[in-house]
Amino acid sequence: MTPDQTGRSGGRLSALGSWDVVVIVVLIAVIIGSSVLVEGFASPRFWGFLLLDVFPIALIALPMTLVVITGEIDLSVASVLGLSSAVMGQLWFLGLPLPLILPLVVLLGALLGAVNGLFVAGFGLPSLAVTIGTLALYRGLAYVVLGDRAVADFPFDWTGNAIAALPGTTVPWVSLVVGGLALAFGLVLHATPVGRSLYAMGNSDQAAVFAGISVARTKFWLFVLTGAVSALAGLFWTLRYASARADNGSGLELSVVAAVLLGGVSIFGGRGTLVGVVAGVLLLTTLRNALQLADVPADTLTVVTGTLLIISVVGPNLAGMLRARLRRRRPRASPVAG
Amino acid sequence: MTTTVSTGPAAGGVPAPPTSGGDPVRGVNRLFAVRELGIGLALVLLIAITTVVNPRFLSGQSRKDLMLGATILVVLAVGQTIVIITRNVDLSVGSILGLAAFATGKLFLAVPGAPIAVALLAGIALGALCGIVNGALIAVARVPALVVTLGTLYVFRGLDFSWAAGQQINAADLPTNFKNMGTATVLTVPVLALFAVAVLLLAGFYLRSYRGGRELYAIGSDPAAARLHGIPVGRRVFGALVVSGALAGLAGVLYAARFGTLDAAAGTGIELQVVAAVVVGGVAIFGGSGSVYGAALGALLLSTIGGALPVLRVAPFWQQTVVGALILAAIGLDRALAARVARRLRGRKARDA
Repeated sequence: MTPDQTGRSGGRLSALGSWDVVVIVVLIAVIIGSSVLVEGFASPRFWGFLLLDVFPIALIALPMTLVVITGEIDLSVASVLGLSSAVMGQLWFLGLPLPLILPLVVLLGALLGAVNGLFVAGFGLPSLAVTIGTLALYRGLAYVVLGDRAVADFPFDWTGNAIAALPGTTVPWVSLVVGGLALAFGLVLHATPVGRSLYAMGNSDQAAVFAGISVARTKFWLFVLTGAVSALAGLFWTLRYASARADNGSGLELSVVAAVLLGGVSIFGGRGTLVGVVAGVLLLTTLRNALQLADVPADTLTVVTGTLLIISVVGPNLAGMLRARLRRRRPRASPVAG
Repeated sequence: MTTTVSTGPAAGGVPAPPTSGGDPVRGVNRLFAVRELGIGLALVLLIAITTVVNPRFLSGQSRKDLMLGATILVVLAVGQTIVIITRNVDLSVGSILGLAAFATGKLFLAVPGAPIAVALLAGIALGALCGIVNGALIAVARVPALVVTLGTLYVFRGLDFSWAAGQQINAADLPTNFKNMGTATVLTVPVLALFAVAVLLLAGFYLRSYRGGRELYAIGSDPAAARLHGIPVGRRVFGALVVSGALAGLAGVLYAARFGTLDAAAGTGIELQVVAAVVVGGVAIFGGSGSVYGAALGALLLSTIGGALPVLRVAPFWQQTVVGALILAAIGLDRALAARVARRLRGRKARDA
């Protein structure tokens, strides 16, 4: 969706590899700067809370990275989260035991993802339009299931344990789950033929088909995976806030997409790394929480998020253009130097 | 539909200017007509059923509410169509609307006797300014509109919030003649709706009959080819974003006139409704085809659903579900139509050989 896709990929290509490093360096700078300047930021307790904020976005960003690398997008993730939360609440209200509800809800998420996958991969419809449709559809269903009620009487055994820290630390144990998943996604994306085929699809669907990659089937399962993980995020969200509501996670899809793009994934597919995305998620959340702690008003945070996102796409492009201009000048200068 | 449809935008080609006459043009028009007829029928059916259930649905006040409800969505949908036709998208319209609506309130607080025309111009200018930011980032830095306007969605809304700083402007702060404009009617049609009609006709005429308008379709069909043809792609896309911003600014002033109570949250999340209306109205999300009239019908349909559900005693919770299903049905129908066109093309090629 740009007036000039070819001109842009050149800019991104020359910045490839270095963008991850930029995000990580900025992240470290933000952490160091906040530790010095913001009172309370350096406390382990604060980092425990910060991580709880990171989890839902980080979880959904993992499969979203894969989806965007194939050149598609899934805007329905936050609605899947909301519908999962609503269904979880309703099933609990009806008296089902939680150990049964949890797998059921993840299965539901996979099904919702399968609907997206069917429309996108099966019927060949644009994922942007399809998932704007299911964004409305799933959120609507969440309200149909739970209305504007809230189910909040989950047992403390579950809600307390969902945010419990590892013994002797302030690090929530869920970090292990999210970290493990991030590692698994990273390995699949960067160390397996499946991962390489995702990049191939993002660069050209047709070329990927000629290379013997089953594009439609892979994309279908990617959407199923995204749905299941979004439902998982919905479970965590519900237990963390001890409240199942139809509007849980409203608008979260924009934060996830922002974090993924900030992490250096190209919206046209074919480029990006999982390390960059994890750094992007951490940067976005850390910055927001640090500013919040420093009593910066919430509106400024919104501006910061947006500006970061714009810089993350404009920056590499302008740098690429500048570099191309410098390179063009160099040959003329070299005979003089030689 | 005849085989002449093959030259239409749905086939991926650059549409011929309507002034050249001949069969292809009629084909194009007929294809649009089919889509618009379908949405129109759905709208008529919805209104008919609702009116049978409750005859007061089409009574004076209720009809006025329907038209007012659609007005803002139609103005935004027209701007969005112009952008989407070029294979871009503007997600920041809701934030621009909020900014312009609050600015209108601020203007009247600062200058209590300001004429309405000044408010309208100020809103449009502020919106156009936001559009210039979007357009410059997209066209000059050559970055995708989806990402840029997702960023400015946050930036403009954040600026709006920090400007408002929790302040709320009440109807009592607005001049009487401005509030009157929000409720006045001409021959039972609300004045605000006339703005939407004017915007719709102007945009429709430009897209159909002017070279610049046709070039927008050419850009959306194939940006690279358009560039090779000498079409100033960057300038046209820039212009489309500025127009979209200006219309969002106008929508903000209309919002202020209609609701009177203004805070920084006005229009939050409306961008998805606008894109939904445009998609339901038959504008292809990947550019090159569709009309503002279809988009306006889509907007009318979506806002009428909102008004009809309570009358039909359906819980309002179903509204989003229906909207989502409509979007899926609309793009599915698009696909089916395109497949039919492709089949006809193949058939004709086989006959010619």
